[in-house]
Amino acid sequence: MDILTFLVDGLLIGFVYGIAAMGLTLIWGVMNVINLSHGPIIALGMFGIYFAATSLGVNPYVGVILVSFAGLLLGMLIYAIAIHRVINAPHLSTLLATFAVNMIIIGLGTTAFTTSAYNVDFSLGNISVGPVNTPTTRVIAALASVLVTGALYFFLYRTTLGKYVRAVTDNRAAAELMGIPSARILALSFGLGTMLAAIAGGLIATFFPFTILSGGAYELKSFVVGVMGGVGNPLGALIGGLILGTFEGVIPAFMPTSWVPVLEFILFVVILLVRPTGLLGAKK
Amino acid sequence: MKRTLYLLTVVLLVTVLLGVTLVANAQERTAVIGFTASTTGKYNVESTRQINGLNLWLNQVNEAGGITLSDGTVVTFETVFYDDESNTDRVQELYTRLATDDNADFLISPYSSGLTDASSIIAEQYGKVMITTGAASDSTYQKGYSLVFQTYTPASRYLTGALDLLASLDESATKIAIVHENDKFSTDVSTALNDYALALGYEVVLFEGYDSGTTDFAPFINKIQDAAPDAVLGGGHFQDGSTFARQLYEKGIDLKFVALLVAPPEPSFAELGDAAVGVVGPSQWEPLGLIDAMAAEAAGLEFFGPSGQEFIDAYMAAYEEEPSYHAAGGYVAGLLLQKAIIDADSLDTQAIKEALDNMDLLTFFGHMQFDTTPEAHGLQIGHSMMYIQWQGEGDMLEKAIVWPPEAVTGDALYPIRGE
Repeated sequence: MDILTFLVDGLLIGFVYGIAAMGLTLIWGVMNVINLSHGPIIALGMFGIYFAATSLGVNPYVGVILVSFAGLLLGMLIYAIAIHRVINAPHLSTLLATFAVNMIIIGLGTTAFTTSAYNVDFSLGNISVGPVNTPTTRVIAALASVLVTGALYFFLYRTTLGKYVRAVTDNRAAAELMGIPSARILALSFGLGTMLAAIAGGLIATFFPFTILSGGAYELKSFVVGVMGGVGNPLGALIGGLILGTFEGVIPAFMPTSWVPVLEFILFVVILLVRPTGLLGAKK
Repeated sequence: MKRTLYLLTVVLLVTVLLGVTLVANAQERTAVIGFTASTTGKYNVESTRQINGLNLWLNQVNEAGGITLSDGTVVTFETVFYDDESNTDRVQELYTRLATDDNADFLISPYSSGLTDASSIIAEQYGKVMITTGAASDSTYQKGYSLVFQTYTPASRYLTGALDLLASLDESATKIAIVHENDKFSTDVSTALNDYALALGYEVVLFEGYDSGTTDFAPFINKIQDAAPDAVLGGGHFQDGSTFARQLYEKGIDLKFVALLVAPPEPSFAELGDAAVGVVGPSQWEPLGLIDAMAAEAAGLEFFGPSGQEFIDAYMAAYEEEPSYHAAGGYVAGLLLQKAIIDADSLDTQAIKEALDNMDLLTFFGHMQFDTTPEAHGLQIGHSMMYIQWQGEGDMLEKAIVWPPEAVTGDALYPIRGE
């Protein structure tokens, strides 16, 4: 049995899980908001790539850049309309607000695109290294995920705006006392979270078919990955994604694939029991 | 006297008027056919074509003036349908509505075995004859129903011919992998296939199901690569089957033989390009294997309905695309209902049930006959599958019937990849 093939496939998809989870965990960490519209925004990212490729005729990877900006703007809009007024209310209010956004996007998406599958007809051939033979699109998605993670870290730790985001994450009241416009920073953070979701969706669409409902599965994985890696910790999300991807890749080598979610969630419960703050620790 | 004459005239006039009204009423009757269609959801492609076929039949019958019964009643048809969203939970609610609120006279099944199984209970419960199409699972007809009649070859005989084809192509092939969707139909087919493979002496090196909606087949393909089978069989429906075929190709595994359910016979499967080449698919009907009245005469059976070529021409004129077997299945469901009404000379449910029980005829879709035993009432026992394979390169792909031998239109490509 060539375990390397199973492992590589798992790790490659794990990078994309990581970037999807990063968006969720960023919003969660900065704003204490559980964004239930995360899945539909991933799906919108998929459709964004599809229409960029089919209607505008652009390369899907150029489409990812367009979709990322659209995701940022959409997130800021959602924050302004649905989240801002309830940001200081109990968690249930923000949960319901994002759930409402989730239902609106799914409803509009179903009307516009139906729930039928779409497929971006795009191939860059395969990359073969030893026994491993994998589609190039998956390798590029993994590399893009690393690039986006690096860019996010650069933004958070090397720019003034990033410093503001971290300040608001640590203590919103103190940040406001220091003159940081917390409302705008929260809107930006929500936008960044949705931008990451849209990028993840766009990258997934380069190799998997999708429907408007496809984001749900990735949203669930994002929750698991986020908690596993440490809420609010982008690097933790990436590592959590890689762990989840490795599980999904390697477990089928030894047992039926239907065991994957069983073992994944056993690991999830074990991590919650042993290290409730996640592997890299949640935000303080 | 004058008064008596006046009364007699009035009575006569009233009698004539009543008679005219009764005759007028007796001459026209619109039968309502109820069904659900998967306008959205994962069965959208197959279901849309199925409904196209049914609507074509309905339009043709109505345009031809309907069916005239011996009492002079002219029966025309209209449909009532809802979108079931490819969702089993929706089906029972919608079929109940069709049977009660909409007063459907007859029901046609939704697409897929799972949805049909759910709707069959409602048809039986409300005493409505239901012709099923796009639904091959055997088990639906083994539940003691008496009003549900199957158009398709049952699942237990769906992929077994593919193994016969493999055996005819390569006697040295001994190992097969079966990877199938975890739904009712695909599991039924794969279980029957597994039993048949073992009986033929094949070693089944992998037998595993995947969840409906799976988009990442990498774990399964890695297992296939690891088990190194001669052939991969299985699949499920159009979306997952197309994705599975595409990812099998992208992974570059040297497989000699691939046979998948449902997806390959669909014309749009060719959009996969090189990934579609060599893939074999069981088909309920193909435009290449045409059946007409002469074939019926040779088989000693009654022929009913249009010939294969007439159906294709009419379908292409109506929808500007080649009909798939789902489309043909939809059409023939209506055709069977039409024949049953003619034979029963009535719209009475019991009379139509008896007409269907006694049916033994050839249509352009193939031989149609139903099991009448209590153990499997309504199961299709006349019809049999044919197997197609996509051949060619890039955008220039064509279908060929490669099995059974009496229907072959081209030699099978084997092995499809590798040596």
